[in-house]
Amino acid sequence: MVSHSPAPVVSASGIVKSVMGPAGRLSILKGVDLHVAPAEAVAILGASGSGKSTLLGLLAGLDLPSGGEVRLLDQDLGRLSEDARAGLRAGRVGFVFQSFQLLPALTALENVMLTLELSGHEGDARAGAREALEQVGLGPRLDHYPSQLSGGEQQRVAIARAFAAHPQVLFADEPTGNLDQQTGDQIIQLLFNLKSAYGTALVLVTHDPDLASRCERRYRITDGVLGAA
Amino acid sequence: MNRALRYSWISLGREWRAGELRILALALVIAVAAVTSVSFFTDRVQRAMSLQATELLGADLSITSPQPIPGEFAREARERGLDTARYVSFPSVVVAGDDSELAELKAVSDGWPLRGTARVSEALFGEEQETRSVPGSGEAWVEARLLQLLELSVGDSLEVGEISLSITRVLTYEPDRGGDLFQLAPRLMLNVEDLEATGLIVPGSRVNHRFLVAGDEAAINRYREWASAELAENQRLETVADAQPALRNAIARGEQFLSLAALVAVLLAGGAVAVAARHYSDRQSDTSAVMRCLGASRRFVLQVFTLRLLWLALLASTVGLVLGFAAQGVLAWLLSGWFATELPLPSLWPVFTGMGVGLITALGFGLPALLRIGQVPPLRVLRRDLGAPPPAMWLVLGLAMLTLGVLLLWQAGDVRLAGFVLGGAAVTVAVLWLAALLLVKALTPLRSRGGVALRFGLANLSRRGALSAVQLSAFGLGIMALLLLALVRVDLLSEWEGSLPEGAPNHFMINVQPDQVEPLQALFERHGMERPEYYPMIRGRLSAMNDAPVRPEDYTNPRAERLVTREFNLSFAGDLQPGNRVVAGQWWDPEDPEPGFSVEEGLAETLGIELGDVLEFSIAGERVRAPVTNLRGVEWDSFNVNFFVLSSPGVLEDFPATYITSFHMDEAGQRMLTEAVRQFPSITVLDVRALMQQVRDIIDRASLAVEYVFLFTLAAGVTVLFAAIHATRDLRRRESAVLRTLGASRKQILAGLLAEFMVMGALAGLLASAGASAVGIVLAREIFDLPYTVNPVLWLAGVGGGALGVGLAGWLGARSVLRQPPLLTLRQVG
Ligand SMILES: Nc1ncnc2c1ncn2[C@@H]1O[C@H](COP(=O)(O)OP(=O)(O)O)[C@@H](O)[C@H]1O
Ligand SMILES: [Mg+2]
Repeated sequence: MVSHSPAPVVSASGIVKSVMGPAGRLSILKGVDLHVAPAEAVAILGASGSGKSTLLGLLAGLDLPSGGEVRLLDQDLGRLSEDARAGLRAGRVGFVFQSFQLLPALTALENVMLTLELSGHEGDARAGAREALEQVGLGPRLDHYPSQLSGGEQQRVAIARAFAAHPQVLFADEPTGNLDQQTGDQIIQLLFNLKSAYGTALVLVTHDPDLASRCERRYRITDGVLGAA
Repeated sequence: MNRALRYSWISLGREWRAGELRILALALVIAVAAVTSVSFFTDRVQRAMSLQATELLGADLSITSPQPIPGEFAREARERGLDTARYVSFPSVVVAGDDSELAELKAVSDGWPLRGTARVSEALFGEEQETRSVPGSGEAWVEARLLQLLELSVGDSLEVGEISLSITRVLTYEPDRGGDLFQLAPRLMLNVEDLEATGLIVPGSRVNHRFLVAGDEAAINRYREWASAELAENQRLETVADAQPALRNAIARGEQFLSLAALVAVLLAGGAVAVAARHYSDRQSDTSAVMRCLGASRRFVLQVFTLRLLWLALLASTVGLVLGFAAQGVLAWLLSGWFATELPLPSLWPVFTGMGVGLITALGFGLPALLRIGQVPPLRVLRRDLGAPPPAMWLVLGLAMLTLGVLLLWQAGDVRLAGFVLGGAAVTVAVLWLAALLLVKALTPLRSRGGVALRFGLANLSRRGALSAVQLSAFGLGIMALLLLALVRVDLLSEWEGSLPEGAPNHFMINVQPDQVEPLQALFERHGMERPEYYPMIRGRLSAMNDAPVRPEDYTNPRAERLVTREFNLSFAGDLQPGNRVVAGQWWDPEDPEPGFSVEEGLAETLGIELGDVLEFSIAGERVRAPVTNLRGVEWDSFNVNFFVLSSPGVLEDFPATYITSFHMDEAGQRMLTEAVRQFPSITVLDVRALMQQVRDIIDRASLAVEYVFLFTLAAGVTVLFAAIHATRDLRRRESAVLRTLGASRKQILAGLLAEFMVMGALAGLLASAGASAVGIVLAREIFDLPYTVNPVLWLAGVGGGALGVGLAGWLGARSVLRQPPLLTLRQVG
């Protein structure tokens, strides 16, 4: 496994994850090491059901591993409570999902404002959110609800939401999986533009070889173990 | 069909795990339990009434009159080989030592009762046994209540008028007593041979003579024909068929009211069914699409879902029936004071009623949503966003209204009443819904203020505008019912009590002979009491109006029918009494009056009497005619002596009159009363304190029964709340997982949820308080004629209770959302 000299933003050592299924214990991850340096882009490939989303969730502290250690932004996630982990993410960790996950009750603007408010952002959340939406080309759609936006537009709102607070690391789980080729390409372009603009580290789960090829390092999960792709 | 039947049954068990079906079932259980508890109870009452129809009369035929019944009726009956008996009943004060009590005296002849059997015991609360005899001369049988009131036991004696009777039995059951819906004074039974010696029967006494006949049906029918031709004006012939119309009416009304209360629960349960069914069909879109892909026809899919709903309705109704049966026991116990006897077990009819209500509610409220399932395009398997079109609003509302209409018509059995309630419910729901929509709209500008949590909660409310409005109206309706029962009722009762002036008369003295007035006044004075005003009273029957004879059968209104069968208490006066005012026509000149009648306005309306009509009264066999010269308004609840019909001076003076007075007396006056009754045994004292207490007790019990039925309404309301929370649970779980991913703490998310639910509860409480106040004002003004000022506690309880209650329920329902790690949630509801 590769190690980089500046302190990594994400670092996983020997993580193991197993769950109790109907047929007994199921091992999803069997000892994974991964270190991501600031401003670095890492792609994780793998067949469906290989455990990519599970790994991403563990790295972001959305769940805890059954064994091993995960450090996020210099904090040992195993020592933090649920709420402390949420607090750690606020404003410093961004997320983009395959199925967008916008809050349907909030307008595009309010969805983006929410991240800023939760991160204790100083200054005008409304202005910050508007700026983020303008950056993704949605300036004229501020007051639309998610249900009034196309899939590509919803994903752009999600990207604006992820970058609005200028996070240090961004996790993306198959961000183009639900989009057609052309829209997907636009999303990828946006993602990498913003990444370089803010120096954000990127951990990207994908099937898409094009997308993977734009990352500095690529890994593939097979049988619960991470190997170079 | 067969395949669908089998498959729907097998799959029911699997689908049961989905919460929507459980909520649907719960709502149906509540609806069926509410309806069956009431209908089991009313069934028992009806069976009791038909079983006892002959007993109620104590005979096959009876003739009633305020005057003694001529001997020829008895002679004729005996000649025809029929059994006969008679009794005389009237209220009178009885005395034991220094205590006196009002009792309902009944002097019976040998042979009473001709139908049914009386029961007595040898000692207070001793073992009950049937008896075929009647009290012997010098003996009294009394109800346990009288023994307790006078602190007497079997073997003691008491004074009845001028004689003393020895108590030999406790009377525990009297077949022909059931007619007293409100059992006022306790019974004292004596032998009719002793009656004269008591000296209680004097001209003008308020007594009821009853002559009883029993025998085989043909002989009774022939006797009836003969007797009908012989009847004098003040004699009334009754057979089993027409016994107790007043009691039947009163009970029918009570039953109707309870049925309506139960139907409010059904209405709310229907709302819960609609919400749960809609959510269920949303979640079943995938199943339907997959079944269609695998080759199931649309018809088959529809059959499976409809049959599954029917299975569920059947099972839930069964559970509801069992619960309803258990619940009716409590109802019977609460209202046991209304009935003189034990109620028999119910028949099986309510089982069909319950099943019917369960099925109708399930189909009427649940079907529109389920029917959509068939319309899910199979392509949904590939494109998740292809769902079923939502059911047309008109279909949902139309079918719900139709269902409700059918249920109302069936249960209330009265087209006008059903229409009225349906219209009222529709207007209430519409007004609530509009108000809710406006309130939700008004929240929108608030979305940009306050903390993150509050704003998020408000955003949720205003974004789901229509759904929020529906939920608001449902909660509002539930809270309103509670407020009305808990607060408005109490307010109205205390308002009524407060409207009685301090020192208002609380005793009436009737049957005072003209020559007793002066000595009585002296007695009052001797005991340091104020001399009350005495009014003459003459009894007469309304025999003709504008020369047309008045017959009870010409009136459809039961009250009017009752009024013209009985004798009126008439009086005469020169001046208008205090508390009376002329509302039409002219009061006569007291010095030089033209003959005329003054009629109370309510009575005039009931009987259709107008100014200028010529009334004819038959008094002691003579007829008196005079025109109506004015109509009067009367303050009845002042407890002053008032009369429905007054004549001008010079019309009634020559007829035998008794006097009546009312006065205020506290405990200290008791001695005066005992002395008065000893000295003048024929006068009757009515203590209205006891009456008022009894009326209050009856109202309390009745409202307790209604409140009990409304418990089902409350449960149904909570189920609606639950269904609504459940329907949005997946959404909330996903939202909270996303929020946590973005870094929100549990506390922030909980605060958002609480804000949403509490605001919703407060708004619903606001609507409910407004509604309950409006209903309270209308009730007070239109029905009780009371000044009603809205109690601020009502608003406090409505808004505060609503916020707390709904907030708590919402929080309990949504709490589980926060327990699991966000990753799992996102995986589950993705
Ligand atoms: N909580 C869980 N319970 C049971 N099985 C799980 C759970 N989480 C993940 N899995 C299983 O682990 C495997 C990996 O899942 P996932 O990480 O979603 O794969 P990927 O994202 O690579 O498609 C799958 O087979 C999935 O069914
Ligand atoms: Mg995945």
